[in-house]
Amino acid sequence: MTAEAMTPTRPAAGERPALVLRALTKHFGSAVAVDGIDLDVRPGEFLTLLGPSGSGKTTTLRMVAGFMAPTSGSIEIDGSDMTRVPPHRRDVGMVFQNYALFPHMTAAENVAFPLRMRRRPGAEIKKRVGEALDLVKLGSFGDRYPRQLSGGQQQRIALARAVVFEPRLLLMDEPLGALDRKLRESLQLEIIRVSRELGATVLYVTHDQEEALVMSDRIAIFSMGRIEQLGSGADLYDRPASLFVADFIGESNILRGRYEVDGGAGGWMTRDETRWRVGAASAGRSDVASGAAAALVVRPERMRVLADGATPDGLNTADATVDEVLYLGPDIKYQLALPWGQRISIREPRELDARELERGERVRIGWKVEDGLLVADPASA
Amino acid sequence: MTESWRQPRRILMAALGGLTVFYLLAPTLVIVPMSFTEAEILSFPPQGFSLQWYEHMLTDTQWSTSIVNSLIVAVLTAAVATVLGTLAALGLSRGRFPGRSLVNGLVLSPLIVPVVVIAIGMFGLFVQWKISGSVLGLVLAHTALALPFVVVNVGTSLQTMDRNLELAAANLGANPRRSFMHITLPIILPGVVAGAIFAFITSWDEVVTAIFLTTARFRTLPVEMWEQVRQVVDPTVAAVSTTLLVVTTGLLLLLVFVRRQAPA
Repeated sequence: MTAEAMTPTRPAAGERPALVLRALTKHFGSAVAVDGIDLDVRPGEFLTLLGPSGSGKTTTLRMVAGFMAPTSGSIEIDGSDMTRVPPHRRDVGMVFQNYALFPHMTAAENVAFPLRMRRRPGAEIKKRVGEALDLVKLGSFGDRYPRQLSGGQQQRIALARAVVFEPRLLLMDEPLGALDRKLRESLQLEIIRVSRELGATVLYVTHDQEEALVMSDRIAIFSMGRIEQLGSGADLYDRPASLFVADFIGESNILRGRYEVDGGAGGWMTRDETRWRVGAASAGRSDVASGAAAALVVRPERMRVLADGATPDGLNTADATVDEVLYLGPDIKYQLALPWGQRISIREPRELDARELERGERVRIGWKVEDGLLVADPASA
Repeated sequence: MTESWRQPRRILMAALGGLTVFYLLAPTLVIVPMSFTEAEILSFPPQGFSLQWYEHMLTDTQWSTSIVNSLIVAVLTAAVATVLGTLAALGLSRGRFPGRSLVNGLVLSPLIVPVVVIAIGMFGLFVQWKISGSVLGLVLAHTALALPFVVVNVGTSLQTMDRNLELAAANLGANPRRSFMHITLPIILPGVVAGAIFAFITSWDEVVTAIFLTTARFRTLPVEMWEQVRQVVDPTVAAVSTTLLVVTTGLLLLLVFVRRQAPA
């Protein structure tokens, strides 16, 4: 039919993305919830949409599921245009935050539901439900009703129900949001295991950055309806493209100042009387113009307190006063004030024989030039 | 020592409460014993004990046909009102269309509009349509009166139901019709049953529209009672009243049971 003809040039099988979003946009009245998202999800990939609440990640997921029609743009699943296809014909599985198990059906009946809707033969349903329950290690819980299961068990049943019909795409909307921390961590591993065993393509939504870092192959950082940055966890943590990403993923010390290019390979950041070297690699990645306001991002574990009087080569330094000393078990965290009043933190492994700093002590801190990441500073632009 | 002044107040409140309950129950407390009297006329206190008036109610063709008529009309009303009311509640709670609150108001209007006004309006129209004095006419009239009870009961169930369950059903491959049959309907069933019971009761003891829309050849129980009381004061009417009461009370107890069964 025409659907075939309308599909643009197809790449070779296997290369084709499992999900393609093009200029996907959603308006609620005059508010723009999703603002022209472009995204390609590879087959078998675990991709997380991460962002603060109201950033558009859940709206994007709901449009992919078909619960909401986009204002404009397109959604393509497995090569076919799904933009206007109703949810029951999309063949994607979804796990909801509140489980959404059918209360009047047993766990096994819940898992059987998508197969019954597809009119599979009884024997096949029985076999596949058993396999799916075994997959989430709840093989003996099939006869229980949802209310007889714990939150974690309910979510595992919901996962089994979402994968039992081998959907082309698995969507998860903050599936661990209602669970306590310990359970959340064990279920993270469970979800990774199940999705790997099935080779499922997963689109996962969370606002928990640790969860995103642990689970995902790639993460799309959402902010105000747009994808701020897309990359692996390491990409985002080590090479944030913006101040927002640096601030959102992990903890950051953000040193604002003015950036000056220095002969092509790197440059300098200036703040009051202090001057820091910007490495060539970081300067090359960012598009900050010479003379512009910018920020240097340094992770707390990349900074350290220098020994008295030392000014080693290849280090940027600053004077600081110790405000607070926090013990984190294996690590120690210092909160320090820079001369202009800004608070920064440094995280170091604790060494048993080392002298620990005291509050009010004046010290010199430093970091390797290549550990300072140059990003534009939209706040002062 | 706050208890000392509270004590008399409590007694006063209990007495007032007791009096109110007595006032509400008195007609019932009078009619039930009266139905077991041995006397030939309706009187209080009853004399002796006898089931003859119940026997008369069941053997007398006028009484027994009116009981059957009432049952037929009430069952049909409950069925029609439950189907229409459930669909209306579904549309009103899930649909997004202009004039939704207006439609909602119209559906609930029989609760407010004086029944006699509705009755006269229907009488005029049904005579013209030649369905006055028929089961069809009365079922249509009672359905209009019963509809709000179904809409309210089902609407409440729909509102408390987790909308994600319907999204999950669609996501798992259920089209809207199957999603309703397999997921929504079983979950809102207590509300549907409650609506059906209310619809049945509404028709079962309805007398105002029934007076207009029945004839000597087709009468429902409440109309038959009204007619009989005006002619002969025979204790059968007390037996009939007690029967009405037992049926209604039984249904209301069933309603309480249904509500308890509703998933929390």
